Amino acid sequence: MAGADGDDSLYPIAVLIDELRNEDVQLRLNSIKKLSTIALALGVERTRTELLPFLTDTIYDEDEVLLALAEQLGNFTMLVGGPEYVHCLLPPLESLATVEETVVRDKAVESLRKISQEHSPVDLEVHFEPLVKRLASGDWFTSRTSACGLFSVCYPRVSSTVKAEIRQHFRTLCSDDTPMVRRAAASKLGEFAKVLELDYVKSDIISLFTALASDEQDSVRLLAVEACVSIATLLPQEDLETLVMPTLRQAAEDKSWRVRYMVADKFSELQKAVGPEITKNDLVPAFQNLLKDCEAEVRAAAANKVKEFCENLPEDSREQIIMTHILPCVKELVSDTNQHVKSALASVIMGLSTILGKDNTIEHLLPLFLAQLKDECPEVRLNIISNLDCVNEVIGIRQLSQSLLPAIVELAEDAKWRVRLAIIEYMPLLAGQLGVEFFDEKLNTLCMAWLIDHVYAIREAATCNLMKLVEKFGAEWAQNTIVPKVLGMANDPNYLHRMTTLFCINALSEACGQDITTKQMLPVVLKMSNDQVANVRFNVAKSLQKIGPVLDSNALQTEVKPVLEKLATDTDMDVKYFAQEAISGKHFCLPLEVIERSVQVGGRVFFLPTRQNLLCLLNAKRDCSVQSFDKEIMWLSYPNSIYQTTLPFCTVLCCNTDCIGLIKELPRPVVMGTSSVVKVLLIIIPPPNPR
Amino acid sequence: MSAISASEKVDGFTRKSMRKAQKQRKSQGSSQYRTQSAPVELSPLPQLKDAPSTEQQELFTQKLQQCCMLFDFLDSVTDLKSKEIKRATLNELVDYVSTNRGVLVETAYPEITDMICTNIFRTLPPSENPDFDPEEDEPTLEASWPHIQLVYEFLLRFLENPDFQPSIAKRYIDQKFVLQLLELFDSEDPRERDFLKTILHRIYGKFLGLRAFIRKQINNIFLRFIYETEHFNGVAELLEILGSIINGFALPLKAEHKQFLMKVLIPLHTAKALSLFHAQLAYCVVQFLEKDPTLTEPVIRGLLKFWPKTCSQKEVMFLGEIEEILDVIEPTQFKKIQEPLFKQISKCVANPHFQVAERALYFWNNEYILSLIEENIDKILPIMFGSLYRISKEHWNPTIVALVYNVLKTLMEMNCTLFDELTSSYKADRQREKKKEQERDELWKQLEELRLSNPTLVQNNCHGLPSVQNNNNNNSNNNNNNSNNNNDHQDKSVDAAAVATDDDDPDVSVAANESTPCAK
Repeated sequence: MAGADGDDSLYPIAVLIDELRNEDVQLRLNSIKKLSTIALALGVERTRTELLPFLTDTIYDEDEVLLALAEQLGNFTMLVGGPEYVHCLLPPLESLATVEETVVRDKAVESLRKISQEHSPVDLEVHFEPLVKRLASGDWFTSRTSACGLFSVCYPRVSSTVKAEIRQHFRTLCSDDTPMVRRAAASKLGEFAKVLELDYVKSDIISLFTALASDEQDSVRLLAVEACVSIATLLPQEDLETLVMPTLRQAAEDKSWRVRYMVADKFSELQKAVGPEITKNDLVPAFQNLLKDCEAEVRAAAANKVKEFCENLPEDSREQIIMTHILPCVKELVSDTNQHVKSALASVIMGLSTILGKDNTIEHLLPLFLAQLKDECPEVRLNIISNLDCVNEVIGIRQLSQSLLPAIVELAEDAKWRVRLAIIEYMPLLAGQLGVEFFDEKLNTLCMAWLIDHVYAIREAATCNLMKLVEKFGAEWAQNTIVPKVLGMANDPNYLHRMTTLFCINALSEACGQDITTKQMLPVVLKMSNDQVANVRFNVAKSLQKIGPVLDSNALQTEVKPVLEKLATDTDMDVKYFAQEAISGKHFCLPLEVIERSVQVGGRVFFLPTRQNLLCLLNAKRDCSVQSFDKEIMWLSYPNSIYQTTLPFCTVLCCNTDCIGLIKELPRPVVMGTSSVVKVLLIIIPPPNPR
Repeated sequence: MSAISASEKVDGFTRKSMRKAQKQRKSQGSSQYRTQSAPVELSPLPQLKDAPSTEQQELFTQKLQQCCMLFDFLDSVTDLKSKEIKRATLNELVDYVSTNRGVLVETAYPEITDMICTNIFRTLPPSENPDFDPEEDEPTLEASWPHIQLVYEFLLRFLENPDFQPSIAKRYIDQKFVLQLLELFDSEDPRERDFLKTILHRIYGKFLGLRAFIRKQINNIFLRFIYETEHFNGVAELLEILGSIINGFALPLKAEHKQFLMKVLIPLHTAKALSLFHAQLAYCVVQFLEKDPTLTEPVIRGLLKFWPKTCSQKEVMFLGEIEEILDVIEPTQFKKIQEPLFKQISKCVANPHFQVAERALYFWNNEYILSLIEENIDKILPIMFGSLYRISKEHWNPTIVALVYNVLKTLMEMNCTLFDELTSSYKADRQREKKKEQERDELWKQLEELRLSNPTLVQNNCHGLPSVQNNNNNNSNNNNNNSNNNNDHQDKSVDAAAVATDDDDPDVSVAANESTPCAK
């Protein structure tokens, strides 16, 4: 620690501790958050002998400061000198684990769990385990609740006598007379069971589980349901019936709805844990009851699980069980009085069709889908529509389309814009399912109507929707159906609609390709530069900048540039600003050699800068980050790159020329799929010369 | 859905008042009724008052049993006749136990408590409105209230009957009974909570054996409320009962009671919904301090610890409570806490929210507080002076500025020389503070540099990995170190960068290198 020794005078502990004691909470908090820096300045020895004792003794502070401290200490192992000294961290964490505030305590326990792994088995028994014992027998409930979370981390690594003690402590806490402690114990029961030997699971855990599951407080009982899943997974099949099932049955019929809700919520996990036989005999009737529960909360939770439950039924009797036991309950839920129940059901019911097959779907499920499509609650209808793909696979969407259309139209005109927004988001999916003819016939008008919605968010979403549709149906379709209508809006008397034209062009130019953009869209944009509303004019400047990459350089120089130059002398300062911005944007000022070649990958244009420019880029932007996807390919993400004026996020893709093929096969990277204009720079690096 | 006005289309969010107006019907809930078997239709029994006295007891029992039948009140059309019979019977029972003497024979106790338990003890239904705001929203009312109300009424009359014998009743009104009763305090229905409050108070008064248990359970409810759920509807009612319980504590206070004050009542101040029960809470706290003035210091320190940081409304409540405490404080106790307390008050006075500032400045209208300040003016004035002087020039609200001038004047009159001294040293003090600030920044900057020159450690630290021990000597030449103990991941990127440059342009490799720490 040569450096730290020399710096002694610079960082006397008194000064640092002074900072930790500052009257201003915010400053104290800042200091605590930089505790590792302080420890670093002090060196490992003084951290152990001076800083930690100070932290242990004198910290009585705001919970926020304590929280930061508890978090910091979990990462302190190296700062106190490595694993052999890690036990020095226990005293301050022990007192933090007894604090009242739950978040602080939880964080302290989390840190303790973390550093427990860094203890040697000997240290674990000498230092860690005694701490757990002290916490477990603390006076105030807080230390006992903290102890519950620590048993499972030290149990596997201690001797058998200590193991016995740990089990005893856990047992005591499970019957603590403070409900808070019992809740903590119940929530850790499953985790603890996992580290126990099977014999002890049977002898100890089961009795604790049974006791907690019949606790007088429902908040304890419901936590036992969670533990039930882990316990059932651990036990051999033949013991489940006697050891777990009585308790589970009782929980499914508990008088408190919270417990029943928990059972419903965990039903799929429980089903997997107990296996097919018990599922058939016990869980099916239990599930039926939950679907018919008197509390809507419970019914909704159960309804959410319908698909998963049916999927996981044993194959040999699946269809029979669904048809005779589950479907009748589902039918009732379709007309439930509570909309949450109906919408929970609607979000999964379509999944049943794949399980039941074509005939059953048409005969039994279709009427239910149709009923839900006419439901008064928009959420129910939306949930059905958003899951259409499952049905499409089984029976084809034609069966539904007649009822679908009125439902879609109604949602498309709903008074709540959020509902309209939601249906717009499903449009590309629907278009894919229904096919282009149906779409042109019925839905196209809707999509165009959204472009002139009163709410901006809807217009924006509609624009984005058009782009996705074009990606789906192709440029030719766009040219015939969409582009004329969009361009027609450029003459609308309402300037908001005229601006929508520009927004559409921004979104569509790339998908439509150079030809349509240059020949059809560009003239309209250029014409709009004479609009009398300044907002339209500066959006023209923005649009020109956006569609620039799609245009050929000839058009850029001869048509776009003069218009931008004219706009740059506009009387309105915003127009001026954006025009200048566009002119100074990359397409007009980049040295020609930067764009050496361009290639199209997946319908998008990539610029291939020369190697020299790559070097400039790397030199200029050292804060780029590297993500390695593959051996030959790496991605450099450039937030705030030199192209930031036009590109919100620019990804530079570097690769070896050899793996160009690979890139083409790459799935569309996430960054490319966003609706905002994102460009990807493809940088080709020649392979190293074989020497 | 056809007639949608344009304005509605624009604003999907109807105003809250409008939504409320639409929700004219009172929402009602009940979780009591679970269809086990269809209720048997009740047939009316003869009136108790008409029965011969020998048969009265028998008839009383029969009626109690009849009242154990539960009905579905969410369905307002079924069992109307039976519901009416039960209502009439309950009314009659209430009347019977409140007006007649000698009806509470020992054998009746189990029947009575049985009827009560069956009717009132139930799991409360889930709240209809998950983000129920007790201040804004209408509570969900208990649907079966027409019956439950009468059962509560009956329970109350039963407890208040002069013949009531706790020694017999304690077999039935036991810990389990109390526990269930306490859980009902979470009811959203204020009418129900009101009944419960009176009933629990009677039970606390009559069953000495249950007192400690009741206190402990209330403790648990509060702790769960503070640290786990932040949701319990009956906090105010329970505090109201506690107010009178605390009043009756014997002196010296038991450790248990002090612990309750410090570990439960003070942390209750952190609750989001403090405004719903602050009056009752402050009353309890002041009751404690009146019993035992030595608790003043820990209480005030506790309040200072939990002082609201962002909620001005709560800050005003805290100031109100502090004033209540100062009203009863002993001068010796005042001396103990004056410094931390007035540091906080000086912050409140300078609060940009004028209600907070105003509430704090009102302290100077309180004669008793004024006398305490005057007594300790040499301690308090230096604490207060800075912010008062500053806001007298800066505060945006003219009322506050006027109030501050008055306060400054009062303080000046208390100690003129000290005031002058402070005025003249004000500027120098500010400068000293600024300098200190700069020194702190400087210190942290140096520490930061040290940290940066130890990148491996920082990195290891971030990931909490047990790692190589050589991170202490890395103060210089970080670039080399950085590439030395890299993991696979980084190696690749370094390689790739080397490939990129093939002629080994140092700049590039550095660039790629430096970028690695943020790669994850």
